[in-house]
Amino acid sequence: MMKNNYVIEVKELTKMFGDFTAVSAITFDVKQGEIFGFLGANGAGKTTAMKMLIGISKPTAGDAKVAGFDVASEAEDIKKNIGYMSQKFALYDDLTVKENITFFGGIYGLTRAKIKEKTNELTAELGLKDLTDQLVGALPLGWKQKLAFSVSLLHEPKIVFLDEPTGGVDPITRRQFWEMIYKSANKGTTIFVTTHYMDEAEYCDRVSIMVNGKIEALDSPKNLKEQYNAETMNDVFLKLARG
Amino acid sequence: MSIVVSNISKSYKTVKALKNISFKVKEGELFGLIGPDGAGKTTLFRVLTTLLIADNGEATVAGYDLIKDYKTIRESVGYMPGRFSLYQDLTVEENLKFFATIFGTTIAENYDLIKDIYVQIEPFKNRRAGKLSGGMKQKLALSCALIHKPKVLFLDEPTTGVDPVSRKEFWEMIKRLQQKGITILVSTPYMDEAALCDRIALIQDGTILQIDTPAAIIEHYPKAIYNVRADNMYQLIQNLKAYEHNHSVYPFGEFVHYTDKRAGFIPVQLQHYLEEKQLAGISIEITQPTIEDAFMELAK
Repeated sequence: MMKNNYVIEVKELTKMFGDFTAVSAITFDVKQGEIFGFLGANGAGKTTAMKMLIGISKPTAGDAKVAGFDVASEAEDIKKNIGYMSQKFALYDDLTVKENITFFGGIYGLTRAKIKEKTNELTAELGLKDLTDQLVGALPLGWKQKLAFSVSLLHEPKIVFLDEPTGGVDPITRRQFWEMIYKSANKGTTIFVTTHYMDEAEYCDRVSIMVNGKIEALDSPKNLKEQYNAETMNDVFLKLARG
Repeated sequence: MSIVVSNISKSYKTVKALKNISFKVKEGELFGLIGPDGAGKTTLFRVLTTLLIADNGEATVAGYDLIKDYKTIRESVGYMPGRFSLYQDLTVEENLKFFATIFGTTIAENYDLIKDIYVQIEPFKNRRAGKLSGGMKQKLALSCALIHKPKVLFLDEPTTGVDPVSRKEFWEMIKRLQQKGITILVSTPYMDEAALCDRIALIQDGTILQIDTPAAIIEHYPKAIYNVRADNMYQLIQNLKAYEHNHSVYPFGEFVHYTDKRAGFIPVQLQHYLEEKQLAGISIEITQPTIEDAFMELAK
């Protein structure tokens, strides 16, 4: 664990594409075990920022440390120490539940014994024990997303990045998903999450809102609502993001 | 009636996508199909736009039969699929012209209808559709779906993955189209958008759970619902779930929505139980159910 307890430290992080500034000198920290909501309108620069934090896009300027590693010079170390899942890609549809777990376990360098142990643990917890030989593509979306989240935690990363993990998921499963998030955060895993559901923004310890490449607001949902004199995070978002 | 659906069923191999669906949409109505991914919304849209043939049941759209009059239906409806399906390598203007020509009309003839929407993308009319931002693509797709002045407009998840600001703008556009007399069937996984429709059908696993106005659906919610909060959200949820009298426990923004099994529920008892569990900052207040509460209660 780091001395100062911050697992993400971002200073003046900037990304330019030609003369377009997608991310403009953003600065923020995320504490260990925190659920951090990373919000913004489509095109505000969230995905670009996230790509830099997970080590797959080099910053144009500024610094960021994730899990103690520098995003520009130690990208490979970052990849080993974080989990990632997105709505668009999470698991292989044409592999079974078990094969997906084995595949990702292998990528993360888990031993066979550990993979076996994790497979049992994870499928029991998700109620997928009888479905381990089922193709993932045949699972309902909500189950798939819960499984994908568990798989992103296989190597017990310090931080997990979730890019719109609950889009289109039914309301009951969406809540089960958030209970899984709470549970991991409670165990000390840091959660960095983007979402378009503003009720989910309320579940976060702190929330940042990006507008045109900049972080325009960052605080707890409670403080943001007070500051912007709004009843819900949806209202805060509408006030800020409309620019 | 603008759309009449009677006992429509559709299966893909072993999956029953639609199970005996029936509903009616009045002329000029804004009707919402509310349900998660996999509920059968897209299949229903494809059946009603004559792109798929149902296994059973029948339906009319704009007064025409799905099977007998499929060609007339195609001329009478506008369809904006969930996935962007315009020509990426044609420009904005070329796409619009293409659709106008196919339907035997011109942009000029029906410009009034699309004007509000099209002016927002007109500055980019020489840009290829593939190079547009998500929001602009959506506006172009809507313009193309409207260019032949359809009687009925089908919008399949137009706001999925769209941020709250753009969603709000899109719904304002839909409302304006409704005022021009177009019947609109729109689907969405966002429960908060249900309130913007005249009537809604809640749909899950190919079955309609309920059809009514949003207000009536909320009114028919069978339980008293309480906003519960405490400093530690995770502990609160765990403890409420372990409480023997709970009927449902769902996180809802900064609160947990709680309903009790008993008719004579006394909030103070729950307060004491939570205090015993060492929770601090507890508050329990009665609140109004939402469409999402109704959906979860029906889907349980």
